[in-house]
Amino acid sequence: MGMTITEKILAAHTNRKRVEPGEFIEAKVDIALGNDITAPLAIEEFRKSGVKKVFDRSKVVLVPDHFTPNKDAPSAQQAKILRDFAKEQNLKYYFDVGRMGIEHALLPEQGIVGPGDLIIGADSHTCTYGALGAFSAGVGSTDLAAVMITGKLWFKVPETIRFIYRGKLNKWVSGKDLILYTIGDIGVDGALYKTMEFTGEAVSSLSMDSRFSMCNMAIEAGAKSGIIAPDKITLEYAKKHCSLFQPKADPPLADTVHCSLPTSDPDANYCEIREYDCSKIEPQVAFPHLPSNTKPVSEVGNIPLDQVVIGSCTNGRMEDLRIAAKVLKGRKIPSYIRLIIIPATQNIYLQAVKEGLTEIFLEAGGVVSTPTCGPCLGGHMGVLAEGEKALATTNRNFKGRMGHPKSEVYLSNPAVAAASAIKGRIAHPTEI
Amino acid sequence: MRLKGRVHKFGDDVNTDEIIPAKYLVTTDPKELAKHCLEGRSKDFAKKVKPGDIVVAGRNFGCGSSREHAPLAIKGCGVSCVIASSFARIFFRNCINMGLPILESEKAAKEAKQNDNWKIDLSKGEIKNITKKRVYKVQPFPKFLKRIISSGGLMSYISSKEGKERRKRKAT
Repeated sequence: MGMTITEKILAAHTNRKRVEPGEFIEAKVDIALGNDITAPLAIEEFRKSGVKKVFDRSKVVLVPDHFTPNKDAPSAQQAKILRDFAKEQNLKYYFDVGRMGIEHALLPEQGIVGPGDLIIGADSHTCTYGALGAFSAGVGSTDLAAVMITGKLWFKVPETIRFIYRGKLNKWVSGKDLILYTIGDIGVDGALYKTMEFTGEAVSSLSMDSRFSMCNMAIEAGAKSGIIAPDKITLEYAKKHCSLFQPKADPPLADTVHCSLPTSDPDANYCEIREYDCSKIEPQVAFPHLPSNTKPVSEVGNIPLDQVVIGSCTNGRMEDLRIAAKVLKGRKIPSYIRLIIIPATQNIYLQAVKEGLTEIFLEAGGVVSTPTCGPCLGGHMGVLAEGEKALATTNRNFKGRMGHPKSEVYLSNPAVAAASAIKGRIAHPTEI
Repeated sequence: MRLKGRVHKFGDDVNTDEIIPAKYLVTTDPKELAKHCLEGRSKDFAKKVKPGDIVVAGRNFGCGSSREHAPLAIKGCGVSCVIASSFARIFFRNCINMGLPILESEKAAKEAKQNDNWKIDLSKGEIKNITKKRVYKVQPFPKFLKRIISSGGLMSYISSKEGKERRKRKAT
């Protein structure tokens, strides 16, 4: 029996030939990530243990991105815990305001994560890096503390569901729509404890940015991880970003930390296989209060909006900003709509300035913020009032997620978000 | 370990934003977090809950963010155990790692009513609904997880394991 890409990566990091779904393993971790919400708890646990040094200063990454630039005194205190710890431990990867980006856009961009890696992060959207062909899973703060000490973590080897996306994508459809459609199909616990492996010609045609959005939301179906086997597009990206990139044998060896190119065997064992015909998928909108409440944008009816947010670890990348700018160019949003655009990293921000995208956004009546998770989790930079409705390119629309418990969040791709900002209601980009 | 308490019943897909909204994540103090525990689902839960009480919920409890503040807030309220039809995986990990007892039992969760009195025997894997005079057997945890639980959580597990390995290295 062959192995899936996920089983291969886990086996390689356990120094074994194979692992079986359901088995408990303790695997070596290549990169461990924490942010300004989750790392303070991990650092507290680390200190209690009495251990003085993290297992490897180049493998523990801290990114204060959630409430930064500090939204208030208590959040400033939390960010300071990270800063002090990073200095004390002389961490190689610590990103403060000005260099900081939203962690799941930043780590791939900086080449800190790559194909074949095993990554854990005390943030549920750590599953994003699966787009690179890595095993990458969100964990808690205590998990992060344990890895900071030992460089290892316990995992239950997940079963894998294979998703096959056939055919060509319709215009305005992106990775975000494929994943929303899929979550709509299987539900918010449809892949509980499992890995979602995304395959098929439609996935192969996706850009890296679109693949990141897709794997980013695997957690919204309850999955442990999402993964796309590395191909030409991944290779190109890794060569450009990952300075440590050296293609290695398949399966990867545990100690060749970065950038191997594992794939699933043809006779790998899947607990389930689901196929979708992409010619039938149009841009999707998830209605409140679950990411699984999806509808095709043509069926949403009249939903007037108060705010539109384009950004987040799901859709704050270059491709997202370019699509939004394409729709917004030369147009103005109505005076009663707030359009907040958040480039996910400092480099993306700079590139958007160079390409004239920020000008388009500002002239349209939008605001462009420094990178932050901000409004996605109701932190700052665009929190909603009672009864307000927002359309966001983010990943969660739970009750009260973006502010008041009686506010509503709808989720979509950046093209739909931009078109909706112009129309003042949820709209299809073809209406512009 | 034996636990006894009153049931607080919740539905499916209780997410971590409902357990502890992000606006309160500017502290790691369990007592502070406890004041807002589950306020997204029940405004007065934090006021009504008594030490030893049991949270019972439907499918996918604890879905959403990885914030350990969620089990920390629940623990901070004095809740002795969380029982659900199923748990979101990061929440499940967090509970095991920090030593908040949890059990999966679809039947017990379905038949539970608000304010039922329950007794739980964790080592036997048994839930007793005293009010309804029903007993439910729970699938025991795999050995590996039992080791973490009996060590008192992941940090004590690794420190005892590391300590053992260090002693072994010294001896050889």
